[in-house]
This record gives sequence, structure tokens and C-alpha cells, in this order.
Amino acid sequence: MSLNSFARSFLLSEIVKGMALTFSYMFKPRVTINYPYEKAPISPRFRGEHALRRYPNGEERCIACKLCEAVCPAQAITIEAEPRDDGSRRTTRYDIDMTKCIYCGLCQEACPVDAIVEGPNFEYATETHEELLYNKEKLLENGDRWEAQIAANLLKDEPYR
Amino acid sequence: MTSGTAQTSEIIEETHIRPYTLNFGPQHPAAHGVLRLVLEMDGEVVERADPHIGLLHRGTEKLIEHKTYTQAIPYFDRLDYVSPMNQEHAFALAVEKLLGITPPLRAQYIRVLFSELTRVLNHIFTITTFALDVGAITPALWGFEEREKGMEFYDRVCGARLHANYFRPGGVRLDTPEGLLEDMADWTENSVPDLINNLNSLLTENRIFKQRTVGIGVVSKEEALDWGFSGPMLRGSNVAWDLRKSQPYEIYDKMDFDIPIGKTGDCYARYLVRMEEIRQSLRIMKQCLDNIPEGPVMVEDYKVTPPPRAEMKGSMEALIHHFKLYTEGYHVPAGETYTAVEAPKGEFGVYLVSDGTNKPYRCHIRAPGFAHLQGLEFMSKGHMLADTVSIIGSMDIVFGEIDR
Repeated sequence: MSLNSFARSFLLSEIVKGMALTFSYMFKPRVTINYPYEKAPISPRFRGEHALRRYPNGEERCIACKLCEAVCPAQAITIEAEPRDDGSRRTTRYDIDMTKCIYCGLCQEACPVDAIVEGPNFEYATETHEELLYNKEKLLENGDRWEAQIAANLLKDEPYR
Repeated sequence: MTSGTAQTSEIIEETHIRPYTLNFGPQHPAAHGVLRLVLEMDGEVVERADPHIGLLHRGTEKLIEHKTYTQAIPYFDRLDYVSPMNQEHAFALAVEKLLGITPPLRAQYIRVLFSELTRVLNHIFTITTFALDVGAITPALWGFEEREKGMEFYDRVCGARLHANYFRPGGVRLDTPEGLLEDMADWTENSVPDLINNLNSLLTENRIFKQRTVGIGVVSKEEALDWGFSGPMLRGSNVAWDLRKSQPYEIYDKMDFDIPIGKTGDCYARYLVRMEEIRQSLRIMKQCLDNIPEGPVMVEDYKVTPPPRAEMKGSMEALIHHFKLYTEGYHVPAGETYTAVEAPKGEFGVYLVSDGTNKPYRCHIRAPGFAHLQGLEFMSKGHMLADTVSIIGSMDIVFGEIDR
């Protein structure tokens, strides 16, 4: 062992260096955020809670083509459909089991009318399993609540799709 | 006299103790997931280590047999959930080989870029949790900050921070959004090198870290080859083997990078290899970002890849293709292939058999961690219990891929 390395080892040089480095972080700006009050930005492509959208005139977009049901790898979507009184084809039942869903985004890719989308909401934890079995009513309600943000995100992503 | 002899023999009989059996895990913070290790101990020395696996078995391979090729991709994210995109990459390459298609150049660049990003994130995770296992908490705090930034890139490109579902047979799902590549360039040049330097000065020379890793879990060159090790586990044992160099896929033959190897084959060598691999990955990322061409990101063959949205809205034929692809999927010509990529943990291979239908006939997954875990027995023999923890840490095992 050379004198140099002996001195370095004896004086705990690498420990002191590490301590100094850690100490220097005291003067750096903090990187954490105060979560429920501050949130990190999310991208327009974010795949969060599902929503069923409506056209601006209030008519629901979904035409019950069942592509989402067919493509869903987790088989989380259940759809039943029949013609409505005015002759247009609509769903009578649109259920998503949010506990089965793997958030792969294939349903929104498959949807030809942008009806089912995975919106920007990720804060929908519940106390019971049953609350996460979404039906059509709940999904449409989500759509109404998040429409502004969903529409803005789809517009931002339009050139790439 | 006679009673004295009897006493001695009794003492000899009493001092012969059976090995103490210790159950390590499956809910142990150092077990990296759900590893259950049955250890036979002589005092604090490990005589036998018996890993019990299967606690995270989900039947992925069997499930894939009942899904179309598109639906199978999300399963690959969930194998090694620390490096999702590399595994999608293996599956996408396997399907492309059977289909006989080559993705456009831009897609290949994006794939390599994100594979290397994943490697950086994986190694940051491995090194910092390894340091955590041997007692250093600070690296994990700093490393996760950087990982967070990397996962933001994931979020921006595909909409999810982990389970990407981004690489598809024939290209990638969507083009990179505006500004992403610039931010990634900034991250590779300014942010990560700082972290690497900081980790370097905290760990590499640190005497506590070295005492816990140098000479622990030594794997000789022969052992590493015999046990089917790959990735940093093999390179740490002085074998220069990397699929990116030995059988370059995508655009790796155009990239200028080095393969770091360790000399000693111990936990410390594997740590050093991973540190250097981060630097090399950053080099590849920089080259990708500098040379990435413009153009499509998906093969424009609408029998395999869905047509763009605008076209689907306007053209009847495109709409039929769209419906066909999202219900039945595409048919892959009969054949079989073994396609492997250099995942951060080692050689990740997909053995895919197609019978000409829209679903794989068989999809076997070769996970690097499985081979590494087998080696735990000989690696930890004769070491202390605490050293087993650092060996597990240096192996970089993730149970998603081992149990599948």
C-alpha cells in the first residue's frame, strides 16, 4: 500500500467526500411535490379512468360496434345493444370492470368514433370493489365531467394519430 | 475414568448440530419481490440456498396462446416490470420475423432509443436498490428522482409510466410528440451524467460498500457460461458477450458503443459493469437523437397495422381494415422463431410458434432472471446471510419474468 493510499484510507477520504456531496444537496431546490395540492404534469396521451363521450349536441357517440369489447385483452368490457326507438343502434348496457382493466389503451385505439377514451383522471380510488364496476351511466357521467380536458388532449394528439 | 470418557462422548454428540433452516422471504424487503429462499445455515454461514419460485405465476405463456398478436403485447410489459419496452421489443421482432416485414427506419431509431432509455432506468433502479440492500439509502433517493424524469418520457410517448404497450409488430404505436426528443437530449446530456457521477463518488470507493461486495458471490467464467448467465451477470465474469454486438438487431450495427466487462466476477464487478453500461446507453441514445430520420413510424401495410385515423374516417377500405385488425387481428404465416434481445437483465428471448392463425400456437419466454436465480445456490454457498442479500441485489432479479 502506497503512502498516498494509506493516508487516504486513514483519513476516511471517500467517506468525507460522500458526506460533503450529501451535505451539498441541502442547498439544492427540493424535487418533491406536495401531492394532493401539487401534481406533476401528465401527457395528453395519458391513459387513466375511462369515459364515454357525447357529441356537442348531447347525443352519445358510442354506436355499439363492440370493437372495444373484442380487442380488450383483459375482457373487462361487456356490451349489449339493440336499436333505439328512433332506429339508431345504441348500447343498452356498457360495463367496464375497472379491476380487470389493464389500461393498455387498446379500446380507445379501436374506437372508430372516439367514444370510449381513457381520460386524464387517475384519482378514482374507492372503498369497495363494487364501486369500480362501472356501468354506462357512470361512464357517461365521467365523459361529461372530463369532456373539456379530453377534447383538448385529443386535439393536441391529432397530428400523430 | 470410565465416567469421564462417557462425558466426553456425550459432549461430542451434543455439539453436532443439524443445519438451522431459515425461511427468507417471500415478504422480505431484500427479497426483491416474492422470492422465498429456504436457507440451511451453519451459524451465520449459508450451507444451502434453495429458491422457491412461483408465487407470482400468472400463466402468461398460456394466456398469450388465447390472445391475438396485438393483445399479447401488454403481457410483455408485465414480465419484467422494470424494463417493459425491451420485452415488447423482443416480441415485436419475433412477430416481424414471421411476418417478413421490417419497420421503417424512424421506428427502428425510436425503438432503440427507448430500449436504451429503459436500460438506463433499469440500471439506475438496480444499482440504487442494490446499494439500499447493503445499507446505503441516499442513492435510492437520488436515483428515483432521475427515474421519475425517465418515466415522464414514457408517459409522453405512450400515455403510461410503466406498462407502455408502445412497440408494435411493424413499428411503434405513435410518433414522438413535439419537444420530446429535445427534452430527452437534454436529459441524457445534463441530468443523468450528474447522477452517475454522484453515485460514483458515493459508492465506488466507499469502504463499506466495497466490504459488502468485493469478493462476494464470485462467478467464474466457466460457471457463468455453464449456468446460462447473460447480460451483466455474464459480462461481470469477464465474458465479452452482448447480443447488440454479436448479432445486431435493428440499427445497433450503426451505433458506436463499447461493451464493458468485469474482471473479478463478484458483486462489485457487476455493479461496475452496470455503471458503465448506463454511460454506454447514454452514448447510444445521443447517437439516436442526433441521427433520427423523418418518416413513418409504422409499416404502411394495412393488413398488419391499422390505418391512420383520418384515412379510416374517409375510406371504406381503411375502415374495413380497421375493423378486421381490431377484432380478428392479422394472420401470421406458419413457422417458428427464436428471437432474442439484449434486455437490461440479459438475453430475453421469445420462442414463437405460429400455425398460420391469428393467435400464436405457442409462445415460450426465455427470461434471463430465471437462469440467474438458479445460480444463487452455488454463489451464496459459504457466505454469510447478509452476503446472500447483496448477491440477490447484484443479480437484478425481478419476479415478474421469473415466474411469468
